[in-house]
Amino acid sequence: MIDPSVFQLVCFYAFAAVTVAAALGVITLRNTVHAVLSLVLTFFSTACIWLLAEAEFLAIALIVVYVGAVMVLFLFVVMMLDINQERVREGFIKYLPVGIIVALVMLGEMLALIGVRAMHEKVMGDNPATVAGMSNTEWLGHALYTQFLLPFEIAALILTVGVVAAVVLTLRQRTGVRHQSASQQVLVNPRDRIRVVKMAAVAPAAPQPAPGKETTP
Amino acid sequence: MPNLNDILILLPEAFLVAWACVLLLLDAFMEPKLRWTLHWFSIVGLLMTIYLVVAGQPDQAVTAFNGMFVRDGVAEILKVFALLSTALVFVYAKPYLIDRKLFIGEFYTLTIFAVIGIMLLVSAGNLITVYLGLELLTLSSYALVALNRDSQMSSEAAIKYFVLGALASGMLLYGMSMVYGATGTLDLAHLHTAAAATTMPHLLVFGLIFMIVGIGFKLGAAPFHMWIPDVYQGSPTAVTIFIGSAPKLAAFGMAYRLLATGMGDLSQHWQLMLACLAVLSLAIGNLVAIVQSNLKRLLAYSTISHMGYLLLGLVNAGPEGYAAALFYAISYALMGTAAFGIILALARVGFECEDIDDLKGLNQRSPWAAFLMMLVMFSLAGVPPLFGFFAKLLVLQAAIHAGFMWLAIVGAVFAIIGLYYYLRVVKVMYFDKPVDGAEIRLQGDVSVRLVLSLNVLALLVLGFSWGPLFGWCQRVFVG
Repeated sequence: MIDPSVFQLVCFYAFAAVTVAAALGVITLRNTVHAVLSLVLTFFSTACIWLLAEAEFLAIALIVVYVGAVMVLFLFVVMMLDINQERVREGFIKYLPVGIIVALVMLGEMLALIGVRAMHEKVMGDNPATVAGMSNTEWLGHALYTQFLLPFEIAALILTVGVVAAVVLTLRQRTGVRHQSASQQVLVNPRDRIRVVKMAAVAPAAPQPAPGKETTP
Repeated sequence: MPNLNDILILLPEAFLVAWACVLLLLDAFMEPKLRWTLHWFSIVGLLMTIYLVVAGQPDQAVTAFNGMFVRDGVAEILKVFALLSTALVFVYAKPYLIDRKLFIGEFYTLTIFAVIGIMLLVSAGNLITVYLGLELLTLSSYALVALNRDSQMSSEAAIKYFVLGALASGMLLYGMSMVYGATGTLDLAHLHTAAAATTMPHLLVFGLIFMIVGIGFKLGAAPFHMWIPDVYQGSPTAVTIFIGSAPKLAAFGMAYRLLATGMGDLSQHWQLMLACLAVLSLAIGNLVAIVQSNLKRLLAYSTISHMGYLLLGLVNAGPEGYAAALFYAISYALMGTAAFGIILALARVGFECEDIDDLKGLNQRSPWAAFLMMLVMFSLAGVPPLFGFFAKLLVLQAAIHAGFMWLAIVGAVFAIIGLYYYLRVVKVMYFDKPVDGAEIRLQGDVSVRLVLSLNVLALLVLGFSWGPLFGWCQRVFVG
């Protein structure tokens, strides 16, 4: 049986090594899909390190938000850039080995984490959340809304700037474009469309000879 | 727990945030015919914030939100001049923006958000507030640089600025994380004591180096100056004038908070690093500026050299040096707005007035514009009795008093080399013949020309009576 603290330390260094190696892969691999897969691995290993430090909420958020949503979208965009359907199908098989490697490394990291958890040993020192008798998420919420209220609000301002900047840099109001406006279509008044004209009922005049037709005298 | 008192300390910032949000809504829902009122609305907001900053200034430094925010004399003076120079930017930019169909509310909103970033940055009491204030400032700046979407040069400048800026932010964060690792605190006031007691001095110095890289980038000091010429040249001049003025005050504020408040005990380490940055900035800024033919690029390289002089003041690492550097930052903000303001005023549709040759024979065509430009150039060069001369004198003095005699000599030598390219602009204006008969005169209505003239003449007046302003700069570092 290995010493729990030693095992935890070994796990930390292993995760850190995988993170750095995968990060290097992101910037050196020439194949974009491989680079994105490396980035997934980088995020995942970082999340594992956070789990070791008992920052569960951050780790889960990183996996759900970045690995689960952002990176998968990213991967789709990169793979779909070449619209040709045949090539895409080929791509899935071609990238399978790298995908499997990344998945296997992730599996190994998860198993190691389960091992650490099973040993119930603390190496990183006292966790302020456990000291306060709260769960990690609850403690994070308390910290964000009391001690770190100002940075939290500044971050909100930064997001506002991000929205304004995104709109101003992408929205193009072109003039002379014909488009439908559903609200205007619904609000239309029948009277604006049809005008009923009252006319005296008189017999139509006798048909005149069509112009241009030659008549022989 | 934060309470109402915390918000009262933060009142100027809170007011400006509210004002910016109202501006954003007004811009979205207002009749297009009435949009021009937003221009005055923005300027009034900035002036009211100046009033709130000065009127609500407490006698002693106070902190809010658990030390995240510090309101002291340094923050007050930096905020006043940042807001003032931004108001000047708005005044100068209006004719240019209208001519180029860039007169949109977002220009004002983004600039005001950038100013809020500056205000938070110079008041930061915590590494996190430093970083977030800086991000608020730079993120708004990236968008402003790219505002003219149809210009390839603007887009290129924005991409370069964004990539290099993100890299520098990364460096700064890395340095901060190392410092946190060595001291266990993010609070700048506690950092001072924790740094003295740390068991890992090497890690601390390692983090310090990365923080100085971040500061150097934001100041635009060589060798982290690569973005400055391209961004200055590529952005619309109305944005260049902003980037070249108020953010320099913010960069000084950031350097002061991080180095003096947080890392004051390590000054023997960072003094020499800053001295190296100063020498490189002086050399690269002044020597490369000589060969420039584009006026905006010339002013960009001149900025780099001016940041070198600002660093001479910081090298002193004492109240005298900080006061001199603060004085220099203020003088540069005023000179920068004046210099770019004249370029903005001379530009019109189809004529950017970007090349030095465009100014040929300016004296014959618009004597007043030529006279104003001459005053600004002399002030930037440091010719007595203008404002720029005394600013240079004080930083050189601060460097000598700190025992950096060689640095002061280098600074003086490069001041003389720098004189050449500023005087070249004056020579072109006064002694060269106009290339063609094209009309060139100050654009804009009377108010713009009046404010511009006052701004330039202030350089002359402050040159004769710089005492009160410098006295203010000294007071904030003593108390």
